[in-house]
This record gives sequence, C-alpha cells and structure tokens, in this order.
Amino acid sequence: MNELPQQLANGLALGALYGLIAIGYTMVYGIVQLINFAHGEIFMIGGFGALTTYLALPSGTSLMVVIPLMIIGGAIASVAVATAAERFAYRPLRGAPRLAPLITAIGLSIVLQQLVWGFYPDAKKPRSFPEFQGESFKIFDNLYLQRADAFTLVLAPLCMLALGMFVAKSRSGRAMQATAQDPDTAKLMGINTDRIIVMAFAIGAAFAAIAAVAYGLDKGQINFEMGFLLGLKAFTAAVLGGIGNIYGAMVGGVVLGLAEALSIAYIEEIPGMQQLGGGAWANVWAFVLLIVVLLVRPQGLLGERVADRA
Amino acid sequence: MDLAAKTANKNNEVPGIEFKIEALDDQAVPASGQANAAKLVGNKEVLGAVGPLNSGVAQSMQGVFEKANLAQVSPANTNPALSQGDNWGKGDSKRVFKTYFRTCATDVVQGKFAAQYLYNDAKKKKVYVVDDKQTYGAGLAAIFSAEFERLGGKVVGTDHVTVKETDFSSTADKVKSSGADSVYYGGQYPEGGLLSDQIKKTGAKIPTMGGDGIYDPAFISASGEAKDGDFATSVGYPVEALPTAKQFIADYTAGGYKDPFAAYGGYSYDAGWAIIQAVKAVVAENDGKLPEDARAKVTEAMAKVSFDGVTGKVSFDEFGDTTNKQLTVYEVQKGAWKDVKSATFED
Repeated sequence: MNELPQQLANGLALGALYGLIAIGYTMVYGIVQLINFAHGEIFMIGGFGALTTYLALPSGTSLMVVIPLMIIGGAIASVAVATAAERFAYRPLRGAPRLAPLITAIGLSIVLQQLVWGFYPDAKKPRSFPEFQGESFKIFDNLYLQRADAFTLVLAPLCMLALGMFVAKSRSGRAMQATAQDPDTAKLMGINTDRIIVMAFAIGAAFAAIAAVAYGLDKGQINFEMGFLLGLKAFTAAVLGGIGNIYGAMVGGVVLGLAEALSIAYIEEIPGMQQLGGGAWANVWAFVLLIVVLLVRPQGLLGERVADRA
Repeated sequence: MDLAAKTANKNNEVPGIEFKIEALDDQAVPASGQANAAKLVGNKEVLGAVGPLNSGVAQSMQGVFEKANLAQVSPANTNPALSQGDNWGKGDSKRVFKTYFRTCATDVVQGKFAAQYLYNDAKKKKVYVVDDKQTYGAGLAAIFSAEFERLGGKVVGTDHVTVKETDFSSTADKVKSSGADSVYYGGQYPEGGLLSDQIKKTGAKIPTMGGDGIYDPAFISASGEAKDGDFATSVGYPVEALPTAKQFIADYTAGGYKDPFAAYGGYSYDAGWAIIQAVKAVVAENDGKLPEDARAKVTEAMAKVSFDGVTGKVSFDEFGDTTNKQLTVYEVQKGAWKDVKSATFED
C-alpha cells in the first residue's frame, strides 16, 4: 500500500498547526524585531483557557457550539496574557539593547509554565481535552483524514485569508505595515505605534489560541509543557518562511511539517540510511532543510531582503 | 520501611538493638541522592540504607555507599546495569558494587516477561517496536525484541520518538502499513499514551504494550480515546493479591500511615526487613553485640539473607538482585488498569 498520500496529509496538518503558531512570532518580529520566546507558552495558555471554557459549559453541549466558544475562551486568556506581557515585560525595555527583551522572553516563558503547573488544577499531568467523536473520513483506500486534521486544514487557510485581508485593506492593518517599515516615520504620521504593537501581540495570541484548540482536539490532551517544543518548531517555521512575512509563516510551517512527516516515513527506506531515519531523526532532517534554505535564501522562502535597520 | 523497623522493635527481633529510621528525600535528583548518601555514611550508627526510587539517582549513590561498606537495598530500581555492570547486555555481567542490593525484578526480566506474554498468551506474532531513546526505554525495547524473536515472533519494524514531542501520526501510519498486530513501547506514559492513541486513530485496532513506565493511571486518563486492550508489565504482584501480604496490609492500616502503600510499599518493607535480618545474623555471630566492623559484616550477611517477606521469598543472587522474579501484566479494561496475569518469571 502506498502510504505517501497519508504521510502528506499528516505533514500538512502538522504544518498548518506550526503555521498558526508561527504567525505570532512573525507579526511581533516584523514590528518590533523581538523574538517573543514566550509565545509557545501563550499557545499553551490558550489551550488551558479553552479547556476552562469547556469545563464551564454544561456537559453534552454539541461540539459545533462548544468549539467556537472554546476558541473565544482560549483567545481571551491568551490575548490577556500576551498584552499584559507586552505592557509590563517588553514595553519598559523598548529602548534597551536587543538581548534584554530576549532574555525577558525566556524568563517569562518559564514563569508562565510554572504558574500553570502550580495553580491550574491537576495540570501536573496531562489534562484530557474534548475530541471529535466518530471515525476518520475515508478519502481513498490509502488516505484517511482524521476529523481534527480536517478541522485544522479548513481553519488555518481561512484564518490566513482573514489576516491577509485585514493587513492589506483595513486602516489598522495599513498602520501596522507602516509601523513595520519605519516606526519613527509612522509615529510622525500620527499612528499610535504602541497601540499597533499591542495589536500585533493580540493577533498572534488569538492565532495561538486557535492553534491550541486544534491541537487539543487532535491529541485529546494538553499539558503545561506543550508550548515549549511546539513554540520552537513554529519559530523555526517562521524563520524558514521568512520572518516578518505572514504568508511566509504558513508556508514555512507547511514545509517543516511535510519535511518531518516524509523524513520519518522515507529516509529509512533509502539504502544505507536505515539508521538515520524514523522519528528519532525527523528533527535533524527538518533543521538540515532549514540550514540549506537559509544558505540559499538567507531571508527565508518568502522574506524580502531588507537593509539592516541600525 | 518505617513499619519494618517498628515491627522489629516490637518483636524484639534482635535483642539489644533498636532500629531507627532516618528519612531523606532525593526529589528524584541524582545530586541530592549523592548528598543524602554522604550524610548517611557520615552517621556512624547507620548500618543500612533503603532506596532510592529512581535508577538514575541510584547511580550517584552506589559509589558513596561502596566506599563506606554500607549496604543499600533499593525497592524500586529496575535498571539492570546497576547491579550487573554496563556490559550486561553483551552477556558480560559482573557485579559493580558489592554493597548494592534490590528487592524488585529488573528490566531484563520485565522485557522478557512482556515478550512471553504477548507471544504466548495474547497470541501476537508481528510486533512493531517503538522506544523513546532513553536508557530505560531503549533498554527495555531491546530486551523485549530479542526475546520476542527468540520465541519465534517477528519484529516488523522499529521507530523512535522524542521525549516531550506529541505528534506521532507519521510513526502511527508506519505502524499501520507495516501490518503489525501489536506494538511494544519502551518509554514513559506521556508519549506512550499519545502513541497508543494516534495508532488507534489511524484505524489500526491493535494493542500497545509497555513496561512499568506506562503503568500509570495518566496513561489512560489523559486522553479520551479508549485504550482498552493495551498492556503494561510491572514488577511484583498486586500487593493485595499476595497471601503473604495480609499481615503487612493489616499492620500498615493499623499504623495510621497517611500515604497508601502503593506499588513499592511491600518492596520497601522487605528491603528494610532484609537489613534487619542481616543485622540479626551479624549480632548472633558476635555473641549478641554489634562488632567493630559492623557495616562490612552486615553487607556480607546481606548475601545470605533469606526469609518469607511481604512480596514472597526474599534473597539475593550473586549480583545483589532479588531471586524473587514476580511480575504482573496489567490490561486496560473499561478505562482502568486491571491485573490479568501474575507469574514468576522463568527464563
């Protein structure tokens, strides 16, 4: 049986998830040149916000009603934490050397993890999350699409489309582009750059909450550590696609997801490479790809070459 | 353990000697374990130590105890290398620390026992083996694979996962297309639970089996997907099922201890009792008094200890491992672990 279609579907679903999280890295970096390493934890908090919403709803409510509410609940939690982090942790350091906010972000990431670990009920072990009931969709004999994957694959492009429209067409979106290009001039033109920066954090956090719900529905569980590794992968996706470019984040995510899935499935079938295949080496191959791409295109797949802003 | 000392004192097991417990916590950190070991060694009155829980911590403590000639009995370390040296897998077992003993069976026994159950009792012939690349998981998976193939089964594929990762869908699909009728996972419950889930979601209705690392309620509860039919092995018999444990359970309840005795309670009791028996033998030999070199004598006497403990017959082989190789296979039934087979392992 040819498992290629199935592995492509796996990679695509995983990649779409990376892409949704990567938006948060790329938006914030595009505007304030800050790598927000706490974004993985914002994703995790989105998951716990959604779980709290789910537990607050009467049991037996249809998933069609529950899921939108969970996304809203998760987004409220993640946006609140992200904007608070921006206001109290990053804004005071706006003029400081680049390393200061970077270290702050790493510290914040540890603090957020420990807070959830310590104070969310039973969060020391994985908490179960609602799942789609029923069998996966059979598309071909060798291609089954799981319900949660289908959910991610429908939702991610819709979110991207909405974000693209917002940035290109709306007043705030254009103000965002202006701030990204030149914050000082944008300020002179009467744009409230502080508000724009908060907006970038909030949009990233909302996307992270959507990703967290998709993740929970797929895996059936969430835990306080889940943001670390996924955040790192999403950051990689953002760099791969060209950090600062929102479509690049999604493209980078999908490429990374496909690279992982295909390397798990096929590297070991290449004669002589048996030892270098499988799940153990998936991350290695994903990063080999990243290095190769960055050697050829240092700005990432969709990134634009920009003169270094001093 | 505390109970063992109290019982010994009450029964006047060794006339003229009163047993005291000094409890130290290692928080599962090797460095703390080493500090604790040094502290115990420094206390001249300490004749034996019970613990630790984790194999990694044990590694840091063994050397300290050996230098001081202080007997150490662990109720829970399952890593074979602790007693048989790093080359145990190549048939070159040699005792590393003469002061190290344990009352629970090792991973070697556990991996082989799992293979025998899966092949002989569950009638599975084609297994897919996955591990998490850690000492415990990879070791267990290797032992299992060797025994499963020796029995005549076929390992149709192997893969590895990374600890703390959560997406194993690609590995799960490889399992499905390999045509395996079962999966063996060497590792801990967080990844094991997700792997079992994702394999079942591909539509492959096959059981996942693992060692005591996945024998945890969270393996089942952390995910909504039904895990009925999955297996895990763990050391010992369920304490409640042992006829020899009746007295222990009664005493434990009467003792008013806060925590349940759990999986290792019986082994801890026996570990403590083994030290008490060794002290008894030493004192008896020395006209009812503790000799000058009590520690060395106790360690020597440990090798000859033999009694009927909570978990069955307690004695140690030439490596300091228990000769009592009782294991239990648990199966997930209606969302809970249920023991399906308890037996004494035979090679």
